[in-house]
Amino acid sequence: MIDQQDIQKTVRDFIQQNFIFDPNTALVNDESLLGVGIIDSTGVLELIGYLEEKFQLQFGDDELVAENFDTILKITAFLQKKLDKQ
Amino acid sequence: MCGIAGIVNLSDHHDPPPVELLQSMIGAIRHRGPDEYGLYRDTHAGLVHARLSIIDLQAGQQPMSNEDRTLWIVFNGEIFNFIELRNELEKLGHHFRTHSDTEVILHAFESWDIDCFSHFNGQWALALWNTQTRNLILSRDRIGVRPLYIHESNGRVLWGSEMKAIFADPSVPRSINPQGLDQTFTYWASIAPVTVFEGIDELPPASIRVYGPHGEKKEKMYWSPSYPEAPGSWEHSSTFPTLATATEILREKLEQATKLRMLRSDVPVGSYLSGGLDSSVIAQLGRQAKEGRFETFSIRFDDTEFDETEYQRTMAATLNSSHREIIVTRKDIAQVFPDVIWHTERPILRTAPAPLFLLSKSVREAGIKAVLTGEGADEMLAGYDIFREAKIRQFWSHQPNSKVRPLLFDRIYPYLARSPQRARGMAFEFWKKGLEHANTPGFSHEPRWSTTSSLKKFLSRDFLTSLQNNPSPTPLDNLPSNFNQWDSLAQAQYLEITTLLSSYLISSQGDRMLMAHSVEGRFPFLDADVMQFCNDLPTEYKLAFLEEKRILKKAADGLIPESIIHRKKQPYRAPDAASFLSQDTPAYVQELFSDRKLKESRVFNSQAVQGLYEKCISKREHVREPGLFSNTDNMAFVGILSTQLVVQQFIETSAPRYGAEFEFKTFVDCIQHPLLAH
Repeated sequence: MIDQQDIQKTVRDFIQQNFIFDPNTALVNDESLLGVGIIDSTGVLELIGYLEEKFQLQFGDDELVAENFDTILKITAFLQKKLDKQ
Repeated sequence: MCGIAGIVNLSDHHDPPPVELLQSMIGAIRHRGPDEYGLYRDTHAGLVHARLSIIDLQAGQQPMSNEDRTLWIVFNGEIFNFIELRNELEKLGHHFRTHSDTEVILHAFESWDIDCFSHFNGQWALALWNTQTRNLILSRDRIGVRPLYIHESNGRVLWGSEMKAIFADPSVPRSINPQGLDQTFTYWASIAPVTVFEGIDELPPASIRVYGPHGEKKEKMYWSPSYPEAPGSWEHSSTFPTLATATEILREKLEQATKLRMLRSDVPVGSYLSGGLDSSVIAQLGRQAKEGRFETFSIRFDDTEFDETEYQRTMAATLNSSHREIIVTRKDIAQVFPDVIWHTERPILRTAPAPLFLLSKSVREAGIKAVLTGEGADEMLAGYDIFREAKIRQFWSHQPNSKVRPLLFDRIYPYLARSPQRARGMAFEFWKKGLEHANTPGFSHEPRWSTTSSLKKFLSRDFLTSLQNNPSPTPLDNLPSNFNQWDSLAQAQYLEITTLLSSYLISSQGDRMLMAHSVEGRFPFLDADVMQFCNDLPTEYKLAFLEEKRILKKAADGLIPESIIHRKKQPYRAPDAASFLSQDTPAYVQELFSDRKLKESRVFNSQAVQGLYEKCISKREHVREPGLFSNTDNMAFVGILSTQLVVQQFIETSAPRYGAEFEFKTFVDCIQHPLLAH
């Protein structure tokens, strides 16, 4: 069982290391990743690929929408829901 | 085509400009004009010129004066309507000694003062020095095809075709201007008058700057792209010729513009062939304008993703031209990249100029000094995807929750329909950004500018703080007063012309790459008459629903093969980050991404940049897979590497690349020989 904090940390670390690069730069949990340009549309796919592998999940096409992937909080909640169903 | 430079004292308390310094200045840009050199000097001014002889090979030397030697000029470029202007000026009583366009400028200025520039149809950057009023007049063509940079300090003004001419004076300070970098990492290039160097201005296109004897300064724009006001589309087109008639007129105007550029030259003119519609049309019109041998030149890529060989060869066969090809590899791009940046003198976010640097080399090796290209058609006739994207986003903004409206993106990017749904969905999310700002200036360009702005996360804290305190000017600051009365396509075209065309395409990818090997580019789509005609066209003649360059495709009918007219438009691109990640990549790349070099340059956050570098290197094994790097990572990698090269080549190093060991063919020194002044 993975708790929500671990999920959030995994997501945060990946974004920090692969899109922000500098660990000292603040990353806000409820900031729109696409909106402020932290991640572009290809970058989101990179993130999704990573999460599918890391958590052994499959995301359906209809799930790949901004409501699920736009902020760290939304990604975490969505992952939690998917993992709970497993 | 040439290089120009000079110095004018803005007060009476200065020594005359030193000959040695003037020689170093022009020596620094001698690649622009390797055929002859000239100097004029008096108590207050020094003008120097490096010539690439194209018109009136025997008598067109510069600096050139009027008859009573009170007006001197150094001029880089061509005035294509100089014969018509000469006839007009002769009727007004002017007498000519040469057959050059340079002399026409002098007489035109005598007659019309600074209003003369709006009479010129051409591509130029020039300096006029009036020895009596002690006015210095600097001017550039409408689009800024030819470059001109200015530095003022200690009561002097220095100018040059390239900034390296100004840097030939060791007293000129060198440092990176955060605003120039901020603009580069937003709009893909600094926008005149801002440059990436503190204290150096780029004279904006279509501008005239006049310095008086005591440093008074006036600047004026004599032209700006303009469009019909509130045409109401169909209403406007009912007062305009039908599409069929307009197509005929466009074809005639393009024929005329191409003919001027083929025939107003005393050396052979060749043509680039990209494989696309625009250069094919221009090459065919060039072919028809002049009998005899016709040389064409193309870039091929060993990366099939970027290659257009099939179409280039089809067109070359149609033209029956003497066709040359170069094959460009990733390794070639990495090898020449430092030279490319030495010529662009600014950071770039794409490697696309590098193959053009290699192409101009092959042109020069073939003995050709001037080429036609199709540059400008996409801006004037709405060829770019950004115009179509904006149109769909505008339509989508009427019903932002619609799931159907964004499906139109499949029409302009057919690969999306074939892509996994996930890529498509996320692309839609990206375009959805800012829909609420439809009908505000900049809507068309907002996705590009905001994506590019994400690169600023790599800037150092000092740079970011400086920008917070002193924000950069934006292209939306000084829009024409009736901008809001134009339709949305016209607004987007205006922004594309005044940002990307002038500041990047015609400069970093155009003039600089051509002149690196002493080749002059000639651009019929940027002819003054063609531009105005295109701007006046009803929108639907240009962008018909989502079909780009509708009128040009009709005009091309019967001129070039149908397979080229109807092919899917392929933007010209070259491999970006992937060019620098193989095992045999030149050592400079790793060095410039090192913590030491990043900290020395002080522009970037070293930790963040090294994170990006490691991420890219970690993908090295898969570097041949298309789409391996995101758009943002590609731009960041090339942008950072090129900025580091700018710092290394222009700030850390002061030694010029070439010596000044040449003799002036024209040497008018009124200090050593005062009688020359009369």
